[in-house]
Amino acid sequence: MNAILEMRGITKTFPGVKALDNVNITVRAGEIHALVGENGAGKSTLMKVLSGVYPHGSYSGEIHYEGEERRFSGIADSEKLGIIIIHQELALVPLLSIAENIFLGNEQARYGVIDWSVAFARTKELLKLVGLKESPEELITNLGVGKQQLVEIAKALSKKVKLLILDEPTASLNEKDSDALLNLLLQFKAQGISSILISHKLNEISKVADSITVLRDGGTVETLDCQTQEVSEDRIIRGMVGRTMEDRYPKREPKIGETIFQVENWSAHHPLHNHVQVVKNVNLSIRRGEIVGIAGLMGAGRTEFAMSLFGRSYGQNISGRATLHGKEIDVSTVERAVSNGIAYATEDRKTYGLVLAEDIRKNVTLANLDGVSKNLVIDDIQELAVANDYRAKMRIRSPSVFQETVNLSGGNQQKVVLSKWLFSDPEILILDEPTRGIDVGAKYEIYTIINRLADAGKGVLMISSEMPELLGMCDRIYVMNEGSLIAELDIAEASQEKIMHAIVKSGRR
Amino acid sequence: MDTRTAEELHAPQQKASWTEFIKAHFRDYGMLLSLLVIMLFFQVVTDGTLLRPLNLTNLVLQNSYIVIMALGMLLVIVAGHIDLSVGSIVGFVGGLAAIMMVRWGIDPVTTTIACLIVGGMIGAAQGYWVAYFKVPSFIVTLAGMLVFKGLTLALLGGMSVGPFPVVFQRLSSGFIPDVFGGEGFNYTALFLGVASVAAIIYFSFRSRANQLKHAVETAPFGLFLFKNGLLALLVVAFCYQMATYRGLPNVLVIMAVLIALYAFVTNRTTIGRRIYALGGNEKAAKLSGIKTDRLTFLTFVNMGVLAGLAGLIFAARLNTATPKAGLGFELDVIAAVFIGGASATGGVGKVTGAVIGAFVMGVMNNGMSILGIGIDYQQVIKGLVLLAAVSLDVYNRKK
Repeated sequence: MNAILEMRGITKTFPGVKALDNVNITVRAGEIHALVGENGAGKSTLMKVLSGVYPHGSYSGEIHYEGEERRFSGIADSEKLGIIIIHQELALVPLLSIAENIFLGNEQARYGVIDWSVAFARTKELLKLVGLKESPEELITNLGVGKQQLVEIAKALSKKVKLLILDEPTASLNEKDSDALLNLLLQFKAQGISSILISHKLNEISKVADSITVLRDGGTVETLDCQTQEVSEDRIIRGMVGRTMEDRYPKREPKIGETIFQVENWSAHHPLHNHVQVVKNVNLSIRRGEIVGIAGLMGAGRTEFAMSLFGRSYGQNISGRATLHGKEIDVSTVERAVSNGIAYATEDRKTYGLVLAEDIRKNVTLANLDGVSKNLVIDDIQELAVANDYRAKMRIRSPSVFQETVNLSGGNQQKVVLSKWLFSDPEILILDEPTRGIDVGAKYEIYTIINRLADAGKGVLMISSEMPELLGMCDRIYVMNEGSLIAELDIAEASQEKIMHAIVKSGRR
Repeated sequence: MDTRTAEELHAPQQKASWTEFIKAHFRDYGMLLSLLVIMLFFQVVTDGTLLRPLNLTNLVLQNSYIVIMALGMLLVIVAGHIDLSVGSIVGFVGGLAAIMMVRWGIDPVTTTIACLIVGGMIGAAQGYWVAYFKVPSFIVTLAGMLVFKGLTLALLGGMSVGPFPVVFQRLSSGFIPDVFGGEGFNYTALFLGVASVAAIIYFSFRSRANQLKHAVETAPFGLFLFKNGLLALLVVAFCYQMATYRGLPNVLVIMAVLIALYAFVTNRTTIGRRIYALGGNEKAAKLSGIKTDRLTFLTFVNMGVLAGLAGLIFAARLNTATPKAGLGFELDVIAAVFIGGASATGGVGKVTGAVIGAFVMGVMNNGMSILGIGIDYQQVIKGLVLLAAVSLDVYNRKK
């Protein structure tokens, strides 16, 4: 098979940093090529070089595409040749229809007048290709993330794509949608479309990839050919982190005490549609020093439950009792929930977790300003000491605590969010997808922090869509589906099969 | 478990050279520098008129109400909102004060207190819709602008009302009396100037010592001395000039106290910190236990009180309340805050910046008037300066 794309000796420097150092990658025509590496390894930068976001001349090295050297000066150049990138953060306009989004900037128009019948007809064809049954007139905002992703792919197809680049396409998809998307990639492959797949989910990569290029610290480590050899997940991880990961989850001897936190008959309704009950009579308990997981598919109501519990931050008509150490506590506002010993670290740290324009120090103390102030006046020096302390304890990598959080990597941002909640000194810490979008090395550090919390006698409630993570970390796992807890499994008896089984069984009822 | 040493973690960058430090803090100093350049420019082209004692006094009197409102507007803008109604509130409160004192014969002190409360209530009425009903502040205060402009006309019956009792006039036209009884030279003014310089230097030395003790990054000592020396020199020179005329205006003292108060609130208090967090990311602030709705409401109440105070000062200065008072003030105030480096999306902005921004506008108004440039081209130039200042800021931030 001949190569559709060859990038040779790509080096890209930013002031003070060498982001890419002599990177080579070869993508054969009609293959699915996975690009893996820890956050900050240079994957996104490499794709920006390829697509022309960084124009020719701003990097050194050569790009050969379809047998010729190419010098792109912008995205338009690469798109014309069929190189289409779908970014992790979807670039759809929420209040426009599917059809309008698909042909945005490429309208089916003559003399600037749009021919809607052609646009709708073509949209229908494209949607059929990606397996969507929605009307072309449906607004993007009414679609779930999984379907939005498919619309993005349909948009790429509308541009006669030859090389499709997907940056973390399944990061926010549930297992079913992820599978559908991966099958789509396999279909495209059969039609001769090549793809580059960037993903942290190694099980997906071993499922579909024909070859894998591993980047580390801006350089190519190796290219693994999956057709000639069996490539295990551990093998990929070894390449990414440069060492063997004996165990992806740090060891811990659970020291579990008495029940400290209980939720009884917790219910919540949808914030806009009062008749829709999103959380249904949830009963759960957490013991001292215990890590309790909530498993479930995307949309099972786990985040909604956690947020409705944390100061009624989600939903309406919320009812139920929360007790800490046997006494009922008031969690009706975030402030009261926090002062009663509850903390909730969000799944979406950029939107709900951090004030991105402010530095580490100010983010760390935000939920507990009283802890660093006297008579409403902040003690700078004490605040700085607190921030420095957490920066060291949590190993937040930054020049200083005065670094704005917008400039931190995902793993370090997550550590800042955790620091904020640890400083509020909670008894019960609810962690919603604590390792989403974080690379393998940083994940291990986050796990270590969680274990340390449990060992310190706190109760941890961990929501995650990655079942291996729950199985590796938790002492007990609840399974949630359609707003109800449908199963409770002790870690000794829990397995992925059992969790999926419970979900499927409850779905059939 | 951390392998790094304490030094690595706390490594202070005390050795930063002057140039590096200035580069890193360019936005803090750049604004002040441009004000000085603008002042120097007008000082030269007006043949020294700009900084003459009489004109300096005028400069303060003319800008006091803009500066005072800029303090409130800064908080509103940092919280992610805008208030277009402040000009109309100035007119309305001025008119109310006139009616109360001139028509109804109520004493100035009661009137002043009542007017500040009314200002706060107007702010509360608008803040209610913004904070609890989530109506965009642009719309609410645009409505408020029309409503209070109309109410001012109705209140005054379309006529000017005045003059005010002498006590009330002193709010704007009065000076701090000279307790030392100097002939033609106000020693009190100079004394207050020296005293405030001493206080500033004492506090900055103390905070620097504290920073050094805790290994916080600090300005190089030379730059620190230079900065404080320059500031001291400017304040003393300013007070000296004022002393040769009639001393320090009452308004200047009110203004200085308010600037110090708001600088302290924004930099050092929890409420200040929370307003910045609210403007930077409302959702994250809310999930951190901050009562974002109430905080938004309070910033509008505060704005209303300060607009009321500005209305009183402006009326006292003209010694009459006119239906046209306050017309277009909101634009000057908002421009001052943005020239001072605040971000239109909220979360970013400084009190010192807003004050400097207000004086940039003020010095240009004053200087161009001395030069005899018509009101037409004055506006053109002011508009271009606003655009240039903010573009430069955006460009700097991108780098």
